[in-house]
Amino acid sequence: MKIAVPVKFVPDLVEELTIDPGGAALDTTWLRLIINEFDDHAVEQAILLKERGSGQVAVTTIESEGADDFLFAAAAKGADQLIKLTGDFSSANNHALARVYADLLKELQPDLILTGVQAHNDLDGSVGPLLAELLGLPYVGYVAGLTVTGDKVVARKEYSGGLVAEVEVKLPAVLGIQASEQPPRYVAYSKIRQVMGTAKIEERPVSGLDPSGGTAVSRMFQPEVAERATMLEGGADEVADKLVGIFKELGTL
Amino acid sequence: MEITLSPVSSSLSKTFFASLYELTNGERIRTCLQCGTCSGICPFGYIMKFPPGKMIGALRAEIFDQVIKADSVWMCVSCNACSAFCPSNIPITAALMTRAKEEMLLAGNIPTELQAALENTQRYGNPMGESPRKRADWTLGLQPEVNILGKTRQPVDVLWFVGDYASFHSRMQSATRALAKVLNALGIKFGILGPEENSDGDSQRLAGERGLFEMMAQKNGQIFKRYKFNEIITTDPHAFNALKNEYPALGISHPVKHYTQFLYERLEQIKPLLKNEIKARVAYHDPCYLGRVNGIFDEPRALLKAIPGIELVEMSHQRLNSLCCGGGGGGMWLDGFQWEKAHTRLSEWRVREAVVASAEILAVGCPYEPPRFEDAIKTIQNASQLKVREIAELLAEAMGL
Amino acid sequence: MSQDIFVVIEHLRGQVSDTSYVMLAGARQLSQSTSGNVTAVLLGHNAQGLASNLAADKVLYMDHAALAEFTSDAYQIALAGLIQEHSPRAVIFGHSSIGMDIASGLSAKLGTPVVSSCRAFTTDGKYVSQICGGKIMAEGELPGPAALVTMVPGGYKSELGQSAQAPALTTVSAPTLEGLRVTLKQYIEPDTSDVDIAKESMLVSVGRGIQNKDNIELANELAAALGCAVSASRPVVDQGWMPTTRLVGKSGKRVKPKIYLALGISGAPEHVEGMGESEAIIAINTDPNAPIFNIAKYGTTVDMFDLIPVLTEKVKQAK
Ligand SMILES: Cc1cc2nc3c(=O)[nH]c(=O)nc-3n(C[C@H](O)[C@H](O)[C@H](O)COP(=O)(O)OP(=O)(O)OC[C@H]3O[C@@H](n4cnc5c(N)ncnc54)[C@H](O)[C@@H]3O)c2cc1C
Ligand code: SF4
Ligand code: SF4
Repeated sequence: MKIAVPVKFVPDLVEELTIDPGGAALDTTWLRLIINEFDDHAVEQAILLKERGSGQVAVTTIESEGADDFLFAAAAKGADQLIKLTGDFSSANNHALARVYADLLKELQPDLILTGVQAHNDLDGSVGPLLAELLGLPYVGYVAGLTVTGDKVVARKEYSGGLVAEVEVKLPAVLGIQASEQPPRYVAYSKIRQVMGTAKIEERPVSGLDPSGGTAVSRMFQPEVAERATMLEGGADEVADKLVGIFKELGTL
Repeated sequence: MEITLSPVSSSLSKTFFASLYELTNGERIRTCLQCGTCSGICPFGYIMKFPPGKMIGALRAEIFDQVIKADSVWMCVSCNACSAFCPSNIPITAALMTRAKEEMLLAGNIPTELQAALENTQRYGNPMGESPRKRADWTLGLQPEVNILGKTRQPVDVLWFVGDYASFHSRMQSATRALAKVLNALGIKFGILGPEENSDGDSQRLAGERGLFEMMAQKNGQIFKRYKFNEIITTDPHAFNALKNEYPALGISHPVKHYTQFLYERLEQIKPLLKNEIKARVAYHDPCYLGRVNGIFDEPRALLKAIPGIELVEMSHQRLNSLCCGGGGGGMWLDGFQWEKAHTRLSEWRVREAVVASAEILAVGCPYEPPRFEDAIKTIQNASQLKVREIAELLAEAMGL
Repeated sequence: MSQDIFVVIEHLRGQVSDTSYVMLAGARQLSQSTSGNVTAVLLGHNAQGLASNLAADKVLYMDHAALAEFTSDAYQIALAGLIQEHSPRAVIFGHSSIGMDIASGLSAKLGTPVVSSCRAFTTDGKYVSQICGGKIMAEGELPGPAALVTMVPGGYKSELGQSAQAPALTTVSAPTLEGLRVTLKQYIEPDTSDVDIAKESMLVSVGRGIQNKDNIELANELAAALGCAVSASRPVVDQGWMPTTRLVGKSGKRVKPKIYLALGISGAPEHVEGMGESEAIIAINTDPNAPIFNIAKYGTTVDMFDLIPVLTEKVKQAK
C-alpha cells in the first residue's frame, strides 16, 4: 500500500506574533515556522501503518525554513520517499497548496492520503478536504486511529464530547488526522544525521499558484491581553454570581 | 524482579560491551569486582531492576537485552556517586549508564517528559521550549544594561555563559540578576550571548542524546568564535562541566570557571563590600557537577563564610559524598516517571537533611536546585521555615545590592 | 442569487449541537447587513422534530435514509445540489467534526470561497476569524457573490439561536444518494473509566490548597454541576488523591480548555507549562501575591471553602 502525507508549515506560536505595518498580515521578519502539529500526527500514523503491514510512505512539503530537517527526520522515522516542492509560495493559501499537492498526488497515485485535520492558521478551509475534492476522493476528518482491510479503511472519527463514529471509507481516500494512535515518536539526533548522509530529497519546481476560492483579509489584530487578572471583589455569594456570569459569557454554561 | 538467564540474543551484549571499550577508560569495566559499592551508594539503586553492578553482571552473562527491556536505567540521575566510589575506577556514569540510556533512546523507549525536553532542545536550543529570543529577558530593567555581545560587539574580559534555567526559569531569574549586580559591583567587564546562546547540552548528553549534545556544542562553538573574550564563566555547573570536560574534544576550547571559583579569586576585593549581616545557619548543598565531578568544594564554602553573620553547618551527605538533588542526567525531565517508580524525590531527602542539620538557609550553586528544593520544602514536615538561596543571591544581599 | 443566509444544522443521534444555535445567532446578525432571511438547512431521516426550536425564518428539510446520521459523502452531495439551486449569500457550517468535513470540499466543488474559524460578524457584514490558537484575529469582507463559512463558538450566546416558536418547514426532495464511499458503521460511547483532560473544554483543577482527600469531593461536585472534569496540580497527585492521568504540567498533561478554574494552585512555572495556553484561567487563591494571578484572566482571593459550595449551588440553579 502506498501512503502519502502532504504537510504544511505554520507560524510557531512559541514566538511572539506581530502584525506587519500593512495591518492585514503577520509580520514575517521574526516569524518562525514549525510543522503543523496535526500533520506531525499524520506522519506518525502513516509510519505506524507501514510498520503494521507493508507499504511505502511518501512525505511531501513545500520549500520553507526547516523543511529539509523535517523531511530527514521523517525519513529517520521510516518514510521512504521525500519530496520537496520548490518555488515562490509567499502567496499560498490552502486552496493553492491543495492544488499543487493534487498535481503531485495524481502522479504518485497513493492508496491513502493522510493530512492533519486542520492547522491553526487555516483561513480558507483545510488542505485535506480540498485535496480530496480536487482528486475526486472521499474525505473523513477528525480521525484518531484506523484499520485498513483490502480496499477499505475503517476510521475512528471523533466528535466533541468524546463520541466516536466508526466510519468505513472506500480507498483511495483522504483522511484528516486528529491524533495518531501513538504520540509522534522521538528519533535520536544521531539517527537523523545518519539519514542526512543517505536519504535523498526529490525537488520538484512548482510555478503559477492558484489561490482562488480563498478569502481576503483586510485587517489583522491581536486580542488584548491583560497584564494581571481582573480581581472579582466581594464575599462568596457575590463572587459566585460573577463567576456564573463569566461561565455563561465564555460559553461553558 | 525475575531475571531469566537465557539470553534472547547475546549480540546486543557483545556490541554494547564493544562500544564501551571505545570510551575513555571503558575497558576498565572488565575489572569490575562485583563488590556492589555502586549499587549501594546509588540513591536510586534500591529501586533499579539493574543497578550498575548488576548491569555489568548482565553484560557478562550476555543478557543485556533484559536491561534494555527494563526501563530502570531512567532512574539514574547521573550523579556520579557510583563512579566516585568504585574501587576499580570504572567510569560507570560517563560510560556505562550513559551508553545504556543511548541504547534506550535508539530503541525508542523514552518517557514522554524527556522526549518533550529533547524535542524542545532540538528546536529552540533550550529544554523548556522557550522562545530563544527571550533568553536575555532577565536583564530587562537592570542598570547598567547588561552587555549582549551580538548587539554591542565590544570585546570583554569575561564571557558569561548563563545557561538554560538561569536564563528562563522565573524563580532563577532573580538569582541571575543578583549575580549580574555582583559582577558590576566588582567592576568586571563582562558580556552575555543572549539569544545566540544555546543549551550547553550536557544533561541531554547524560540522558542519552549524544547527537543533540554535539549539535548544541557546535552551535555554541560557532558563536564563541564571533566574539573577543579572555575567559568564560558559567552560572550552571552542567554548562561548566560541558565546557571544561566535553567541548575540548570537539575542538571548542576556552578557559572556563564556575562563578563561585571566579568570585573566590576576588574574595579579598569582595570582603569589604559585604556590609550587611545575614544572621543564619546555612547548609551548603554540593551540586554533583561542581563538587563530586569537578572537585570544587571549598570555594563556595569560602564565599559563604565571608558573609558576616552566616554560620556554616554541614549536612550528613557532603562534599564527595553529596546527595544529588535529583535533577541531573535528565532527572529534571523525568520527574513524573521517577515519582511513579519511587514515590519519593531526592530533593525531599536533601531537604530533610537540611532540617536535621537545623539549617535556616539551604545555599546552592546550581540553577536546577532552587525550584526542586523549594518544591520539596512544601511537602516536608518542619521544613516550612527553610529558605533556599543561590550563593549569588546571598552575596548580593550582603553587599546591599 | 439571494441574500439569504443558510445554516447547516448539525445533529448526532437525534440531538442538535449547541454550535448550531450559535451559528443561527451569527446568521441572524449577518442577515441584518444583507437584508436576507435566515434559513436553517436540516438533513436527516424522520428528523423534522429537530427543527422545532431553531431561531430561523424558515427551514429546508431534506429526508433520506442515507442522511439519518452525518457522513461526509452523502451530506456533500445533498448540499451541493441545494446550494446550487437556491444560491444563498452565505452558508454557515460549524467549525467542527461535521462542518469541516464538508465545507472545504464544497468550496472546491462549487468554486465558492470558504472562510474558516469565523467567530463573529461585524454590523457591516465582515467576518472576524480567530486563528493562531486565539492569538490573532483576522477580519475581512465576506467573499462574494456567495461564501461558505465555518463558525467557532464563543462569539454568540446559543440561546439567541433558539426560539419558542417552530419555524415554517419546507420539505425538499433528496437527490439520489447511491454509490456512497463513506458509511457509518457504528458509534462507540466515550470511555468513561477515565477522561482525557486534554480534550475537556473546561477543567476544575485542584491544588494543594484543597488540604486533604475528602475535600476533593467539593471539587467533584462543582465539576459535576458544570458538566466538566477535574484535574490537579502535582502535590494532589503525589498524595494519591487523584490519578496521574489528571496531572497538569510539565510532568503531566498539557491542556488548553476554554476555562481553567484553578482552586488553591499557586501557579509554579512547572504547572503553568501545562495550562498556560488555556483560553481563560480563573484563579481562586487566598494569597493575593500568588503568581497564578499574573496569568489568570479573572481571580478572587475568597477562601475556596467558602466559595465552592455556594458556587456549586448557583451553577445548578443557572442550568
Ligand atoms: C522537575 C519538576 C517538575 C514538576 N512538574 C510539575 C507538574 O507537572 N505539575 C505541577 O502541578 N507541578 C509540578 N512541579 C511542582 C511545582 O514546582 C509546584 O511545587 C506545584 O505545582 C505546586 O502545586 P500547588 O500550586 O498545588 O501547591 P502550592 O504551591 O503549595 O500552592 C497552594 C496554593 O493554594 C492557596 N490556598 C491555600 N488555601 C487556600 C484556600 N482555602 N482557598 C484558596 N486558596 C488557598 C495558597 O495560597 C497557595 O498559593 C514540578 C516541580 C519540579 C521541580
Ligand atoms: S563499584 Fe565498581 S567494582 Fe564494585 S560492582 Fe560497582 S562497578 Fe563493579
Ligand atoms: S550516576 Fe548516580 S544515579 Fe546513576 S547509577 Fe551512579 S549513583 Fe546511581
